[in-house]
Amino acid sequence: MSAIDTAALPAPNFLARDDSLIAWLTTRDHKRIAILYTLGITFFFFLGGAAATLVRLNLIEPTGTLLSAATYNKSFTFHGVVMVWFFLLPSIPVTLGNFLLPLMIGARDLAFPRINLASWYLYMLGGLFTIAALLAGGVDTGWTFYTPFSTMFANSNVYLVVIGVFVAGFSTIFTGLNFIVTTHTMRMPGLTWFRLPLFVWAMYTVSLVMVLATPVLAMTLALIGLERGAGVGIFDPALGGDPLLFQHLFWFYSHPAVYIMILPAMGVISEIVACFARRRVFGYTFMTYSMLGIGAVGFLVWGHHMFVSGQSLYAGIIFSLLSFCVAVPSAIKVFNWTATLHKGDISFDAPMLYALGFIGLFMFGGMTGLILAAPALDVPLHDTYFVIAHFHYVMVGGSVMAYLGGIHYWWPKITGRLYSEGWARFAAILMFFGFNLTFFPQYMLGYLGMPRRYHSYLPEYQLLNILSSAGASILAVAYLLPIAYLLWSLRYGARAGDNPWNARGLEWQTSSPPPLENFTRRPTVREAYAYDETAP
Amino acid sequence: MSDAATVAADHGHDGIEEHFDDASQQREAAAFGMWVFLATEILFFGVLFASYTICRVLYPQGFAVASRHTDLVLGTIETVVLLTSSTLVMLGLRALQLDRRRAATALLGSTAALGFAFLVLHGFEYYREYTERLIPGLNFHQEGPQARAVELFFCLYYAITGFHSLHVLIGATLILILTVRVARGAFGPRRHTTVELTALYWHLVDIVWLFVFPLIYLIGRAG
Repeated sequence: MSAIDTAALPAPNFLARDDSLIAWLTTRDHKRIAILYTLGITFFFFLGGAAATLVRLNLIEPTGTLLSAATYNKSFTFHGVVMVWFFLLPSIPVTLGNFLLPLMIGARDLAFPRINLASWYLYMLGGLFTIAALLAGGVDTGWTFYTPFSTMFANSNVYLVVIGVFVAGFSTIFTGLNFIVTTHTMRMPGLTWFRLPLFVWAMYTVSLVMVLATPVLAMTLALIGLERGAGVGIFDPALGGDPLLFQHLFWFYSHPAVYIMILPAMGVISEIVACFARRRVFGYTFMTYSMLGIGAVGFLVWGHHMFVSGQSLYAGIIFSLLSFCVAVPSAIKVFNWTATLHKGDISFDAPMLYALGFIGLFMFGGMTGLILAAPALDVPLHDTYFVIAHFHYVMVGGSVMAYLGGIHYWWPKITGRLYSEGWARFAAILMFFGFNLTFFPQYMLGYLGMPRRYHSYLPEYQLLNILSSAGASILAVAYLLPIAYLLWSLRYGARAGDNPWNARGLEWQTSSPPPLENFTRRPTVREAYAYDETAP
Repeated sequence: MSDAATVAADHGHDGIEEHFDDASQQREAAAFGMWVFLATEILFFGVLFASYTICRVLYPQGFAVASRHTDLVLGTIETVVLLTSSTLVMLGLRALQLDRRRAATALLGSTAALGFAFLVLHGFEYYREYTERLIPGLNFHQEGPQARAVELFFCLYYAITGFHSLHVLIGATLILILTVRVARGAFGPRRHTTVELTALYWHLVDIVWLFVFPLIYLIGRAG
């Protein structure tokens, strides 16, 4: 846009303003920060994916000839660390959440734009430490940093990775704090709590979990650093310290962290299903309470990671019972999504394909979670590929599918362009099949007893491992395809218009891409999902 | 557009940022943000207190022996210093609200001074523990059946008081900076949110100490 069109044309969109590198790196616009974050997490996604590729290539042969055992350990550790802290945890909140939360509540920006930018810099700084650890030779503790291995025996770069995750944790806290305050104080007139879009509820709930769980991780990692460096042996059995205490503290954070990864995905799916079934989400109030319920109960189930750690049987029973409780609100959500589809006018555009894929894979991942939540079944399945398959169904089949579905759904709003629908549908379907081929055999491997984190395995597991690695190659293609056609659409895609899906959310009421102030005229709200009184 | 025009006019003065509707919304957001931040701090220290509790339950005799190595006199003086500073910061805020800038400067300056005094006093404690060979990882050497538990106690002691002192350092520095800004007239009766929020943070640092003091210095001496 040139400088001439000031009065006659609408305000220039946020992308068209000053686009020098300095302007981008010092921006306080939540929409630009969302794009900075998207670049960051996409980079780390492919970095973590590269480590996964090494793991899967190594496991084609039972003897694991490609990598040495030490390199293999470093590969799966790097894959875990990068994917958990630099992709999955931030993914939907910092990109779609950052972009959409102010738009969905009719605000001009998040409450603390500077803190928002600072969180991106902290995230990148944490990432730099992690990459530095890789360049310095990697780390082999697994992403869980279990003591006393991480504090006494590991000779790899534990410091650098722990510092990286510590720093990135503050980025998460900043984002959560910003979202909570924004949702409380910046809603436009008339937008009461129970008129909020479910995506906003998801962002709010996940922010509560972020803010309450992440400080625990930060201090726990600090204690690991102090134990390695300064002899502060709180987890050191030689002093009478308790290595199991580390596991309790770690999972007190890391189990809620699982919900940090899945709750935003649930918010995205609610928006997509409502749009492409042309119906309001069935049971809106139940959907909000079930999300809050998952967030709350999620803090009380950490012990189900420790059934075989020697914790008391009674603790195990209680943790098991509470873990089963999480299934209730999760099931409510799945039922309500399917009830929304019932008698809906469904169209199978690419975002909807991702959403339907999510519902199926999440359900499968969730159900196998129940198997692992039963102590009697967990004892033989613990630390096998069954666990790997379970959480990849929830994290990759769930969160990543939802993230990509959300990116496709809001792409026209963010960029003002339409991508190639045919290619997008092809990629979504390819991803679904590639995913299942990769991870379903891992359930079978786990059931047959193949342990996780092993560099080599018994020859009878080879067929299933080859299937899994073959699926991973299909999955890799399916992940690379969107990069190609989405970038293509930036230049050659058709103009999207303000509301290409005929969706009802507030974000579709403004132009695409939105102007810096988000809305030239602030809309009003009468009820949930009915922002425009003239809409059907 | 009239909405935008009034907002723009409103933003011309009083330092309201563009994305807020009015001053009260901005103040509400800032205060709420600080409360959320304080919640994260509680969980941050919660890890240490939980670890302390578990270790204490495991080794009650060892912790009783170790607790007697701490300096009750200095600890008590430090408690008084911090509590006084918390009072002064509130009086300073009140003086600012009443537009008594010189009083506010003096009170906030005293708060910062007491904060730094706390650190100096704690430094004396650390020095004494150094001479008594009580610092794990550096020179810890104790005899007796409870030596291991004493070392564990001092690990926790250094983690807890270390992180707390770091918070005191940050808080006192912030209050010192605010003192200079108050003296220069950067705040007044209608503009004191920053001072108010820093005072909240200072109270939290104080409250954490109110848990540290009995746990480290007092409980082990009982009985």
